[in-house]
Amino acid sequence: MPRTTLQNVLCTFCASGCDNLEITYDGRIVDSARNGCAISVSRFTTADESRILKPLVRKGRTLRPTTFAGSIDRAARILHNAKYPLLYGWSQTSCEAISKGIELAELVGGLIDNTTTSCHGPTILGVQDAGEATCTLGEVRHSADLIIYWACNPVHSHPRHTDRYTIFSEGRFRKTRKDRKLIVVDVRKTDTAKLADRFIQIQPNGDYELLTALRTAIKGEEIEQDSVAGVPVDTIEEIADMMMECEFGALFFGLGLTMSMGKHRNTEAALALVRDLNYVTKFVVVPMRGWFNVTGANEVSTWQTGYPYAVDLTQGYPRFNPGDTSAIDALARGEVDAALVVASDPVSHFPRAAAKSLLEIPIVTVEPKRTPTSDASEVVIPSAIIGVEAAGTIYRIDGVPLEAKKVIEPPLGVRTDEEILDAIIRRVKKMGARR
Amino acid sequence: MPGLEVTVISGRSLSQARSRERGKFSDEYSRSVAICEIDPDDVKELGALEGENVRVKTEFGEVVLRATISRQAPHRRIVFIPYGAWASMLFGTSTHTSGMPTLKGLKATLERAPEAKVASLQEITSMKTK
Amino acid sequence: MAELLIRNGCVFDPLNSIEGERKDISIRDGKIVEKVGRKARVLDVSGLTVMPGGVDIHSHIAGSKANCARMMRPEDHWRDPEPKTKYTRSGVGHTIPSVFTTGYRYARMGYTTVFEPATPPLKTRHTHEELNDIPIIDKGCFPLLGNNWFVMEYIKQGRMEELAAYVAWMLEATKGYAIKIVNPGGIEAWRWGRNLRHLDDKIPNFDVTPREIVRALCQVNKILNLPHAVHIHPNGLSEPGNYQTTLDTMDCIHDIQRANGPTMHVTHVQFTGRKGWSWADVRSGATEIADYVNAHDHVSIDPGQLIFTNVTWMTADGPAMFALFKFSRTKWFNADVESETGAGVVSATYKKSNYVNAIQWGIALELALLVKDPWKVYLTTDHPNGGPFTAYPRVISWLVSKEARQRVIDKINKTARRRLDLPGIDREYSLHEIATITRAATAKSLGLGCKGHLGAGADADIAVYGIEPRNVDPAKDYEAVRKAFARAAFTVKDGRIVVKNGEVVRSTQGRTFWTKPQVSEGIMKTVVSDLEQKFDDYYTVCMANYPIEERYLTASQAIATRGDV
Repeated sequence: MPRTTLQNVLCTFCASGCDNLEITYDGRIVDSARNGCAISVSRFTTADESRILKPLVRKGRTLRPTTFAGSIDRAARILHNAKYPLLYGWSQTSCEAISKGIELAELVGGLIDNTTTSCHGPTILGVQDAGEATCTLGEVRHSADLIIYWACNPVHSHPRHTDRYTIFSEGRFRKTRKDRKLIVVDVRKTDTAKLADRFIQIQPNGDYELLTALRTAIKGEEIEQDSVAGVPVDTIEEIADMMMECEFGALFFGLGLTMSMGKHRNTEAALALVRDLNYVTKFVVVPMRGWFNVTGANEVSTWQTGYPYAVDLTQGYPRFNPGDTSAIDALARGEVDAALVVASDPVSHFPRAAAKSLLEIPIVTVEPKRTPTSDASEVVIPSAIIGVEAAGTIYRIDGVPLEAKKVIEPPLGVRTDEEILDAIIRRVKKMGARR
Repeated sequence: MPGLEVTVISGRSLSQARSRERGKFSDEYSRSVAICEIDPDDVKELGALEGENVRVKTEFGEVVLRATISRQAPHRRIVFIPYGAWASMLFGTSTHTSGMPTLKGLKATLERAPEAKVASLQEITSMKTK
Repeated sequence: MAELLIRNGCVFDPLNSIEGERKDISIRDGKIVEKVGRKARVLDVSGLTVMPGGVDIHSHIAGSKANCARMMRPEDHWRDPEPKTKYTRSGVGHTIPSVFTTGYRYARMGYTTVFEPATPPLKTRHTHEELNDIPIIDKGCFPLLGNNWFVMEYIKQGRMEELAAYVAWMLEATKGYAIKIVNPGGIEAWRWGRNLRHLDDKIPNFDVTPREIVRALCQVNKILNLPHAVHIHPNGLSEPGNYQTTLDTMDCIHDIQRANGPTMHVTHVQFTGRKGWSWADVRSGATEIADYVNAHDHVSIDPGQLIFTNVTWMTADGPAMFALFKFSRTKWFNADVESETGAGVVSATYKKSNYVNAIQWGIALELALLVKDPWKVYLTTDHPNGGPFTAYPRVISWLVSKEARQRVIDKINKTARRRLDLPGIDREYSLHEIATITRAATAKSLGLGCKGHLGAGADADIAVYGIEPRNVDPAKDYEAVRKAFARAAFTVKDGRIVVKNGEVVRSTQGRTFWTKPQVSEGIMKTVVSDLEQKFDDYYTVCMANYPIEERYLTASQAIATRGDV
């Protein structure tokens, strides 16, 4: 087979949505991935490593290869018989697959939650209280003369963010680095902070206070303390002035706000700060979503059920109450009695007690590569990597929908998430009503 | 030497992301993820060496990690642990009704553990069943 | 496919001048035909009202801003869940229903075609994903072009042919149906936190005016022979008095005649039909606007009826949303879209006791009642801005019955009541006129020859309502009228019964309509070359990845037109 080069390929790792990759491949081997970051190179060139190549079912202590039909049947039984199955993951697969997941969750009467629940869930909760003044990333590139990275480290998490969208990018109204100022707020002097015009080192768990102090300054009120969260008041007022005097400011915040104490109150404060700034100048906020289709998981879930994550369909209609209908809480309460995990590794990433709960119930994993979750499963169904071996729709960090391409074939016999879920749905339907 | 009171921050790192794509059971992955990045002055105070093992403990659990000297310092009394099976040994499940557990800003103790071993991914997983 | 005979109904088919005649409707293979055989299934609807399926020309049901609204407003959903049934998926409702619920609720009211009137081109893939998921109804969407950089630059350069070809390219790239303009130039000004009020304000950095944008796109519409008029939401929405801008907008293109209908459709005029200098003394500009519409054939309108309830404002008009947010003081969502357009969402509640709300409610009804020709004014609530689409039956009751609207007039703010002309208007719509403004006229306006009528060749989209025109006086029995339109006795879609007694008994897949104007190869080549040179500068996605392929639409229905360029 001749070497082929495909242009305008979308990378499916983080949510930056870099869609100008040039991939050269020979059969199933990708030789090079250009125009992306180092992570994208890894994604395309190591697709074959650690793959699950055959469907597996547990027999005693080991996972044994089985037929596709056999794995589907076993998976369907597990979900069909469960009283409170959890369908989790979804952020690293396509919208088409997510849609099937919601259909399956409704069919089996389960709880469908995606990785937002332990990521930017609090951001969404913040939006539900304070709204959100945002834009697509091109607007930042064209117009922003002030960029703020707060509690995020894009050099590590979204390596091309700065050159595609912010300080190193070229926009219609901002041509060079000199046309923009960068403020970084973080607990450490990260590699991103090293690029900043002003670095503000904040104490851990102090974001809510500092954001509120900034809101106070912007409203022209006095801050009564000498320092807030370890930041002197003079500095706070200086930053507030920079924010008010810019023509177009853009705040990017990350998981430092959602994961530390305060959670959605932190994000609400950040969103409210940007809202307040709009009374004075033009300001936007774009939360730094992590996985390439976590935004898509929220979008599909919202348009189909009304809610972006933590959706309980056990009563036959959608219910949303994070803290109650969210995966980690449900697991912590020991109520979940089966799980379907799609493109995620909660056994690794969930807090220990929740992972323990997961390890006590039958798990069906749909996943391209071997993980601790797949190792602990009753059924493992190998799937094709979206954006490498399977096409599908994904949503970028800012809600722009893009199509991930199929570049190479998946390993022989490996199907797409969408096909696998569809097969489970059809099998469950054949099983009839639950007793 | 007694341990230090620290705050744990977990998060993403470039090498964690790249090695993850190779696969979680690769050596590259555990070398990138089962680590604890410590501020250079904290390392001195602890009397530890780069590459030595340390033990981090929170009220929810403990884990042995390989110490590295942070290149994103200063951040006295803050340690950074990449997302992964090792970091999650330290987290509790309380979400304060938000759905979101606390994965950053946790109070912890950090002590030298040169004799202890960093668990493999399989070992860490089986620890979670207990 | 099976044959179906809808027998002996009282048929209202304004496009074919049938006004309440007892008539059979014959269906075969999803189309209306002259006759069917003896083996046809028979639906006996003796005496009941039979109309073509409803055609909604303007309802925000799908896409980025609708979904952002859903995400921001879980409180909108909690009170209105829809459990799954044997035939239907679960969902949530109220002002921003989830997609499955949207399709079912429209079908329950006998509606079979709905258009999403404002989609940002860069995100229109999202709109189509949602439209694909909305069951039963046929649909389409209007891409937003009134703040687009390429559009403004072609206008500035005076390159009309290239502009026409670009619009053709955009319609095909977005699989869109018609040209939509929202606050021309104003959303580009919002990039800098500003807005525009008037047609001749200059757009920052672009040296063109809203007037030029409106005129140019109306000319393009004519050049491309597009099926619908240019659909426009004028400047000035958040100004207290803005009716003059609306009149100026209507008048600025009076010299551009279009062969197959009005040149311009001005939407939700209630929001831009106010007179006055401040919020304290706004009045109705409905009379002036209705006079203009009555005297001219180049423009049509829809009022965007206000309903006294909690609503969600959602529009591409970002700056207007921020301005109005300052009144509602609830929560505000904004999403500017690079190089193209924007969006804003705010939650609000309209109260009878509120002076401005009462005036707006009155403006909408005055417009509907003072515009004499029902072929020029269509029923909408600008869902969900004026109210949810599920309130259409209520609006119908106000139009057919003075008594029905008097009951509300008696409860609204006293000063508003005094200042509105509405109390003195006696006109009552007939059922035939209702059929016109909810289906026949809208289908005609959209240029959908297969919709909105019951002649042979039409799509077999039919609504049967449980009132007998012979035995009902809508003016008095408005409650019965309202109930009947809220829950269709039968809804037939493509010849299949999908609703029975207001409940969905079958879920089907509707088609997505889009237009495909053909222009000469040469001019298209020039435009594509222009785009290739500038695309990477203007957008953060590759040009190759921008267009939406036809296979994206679950059931695509392209309408080809031949452009004169």
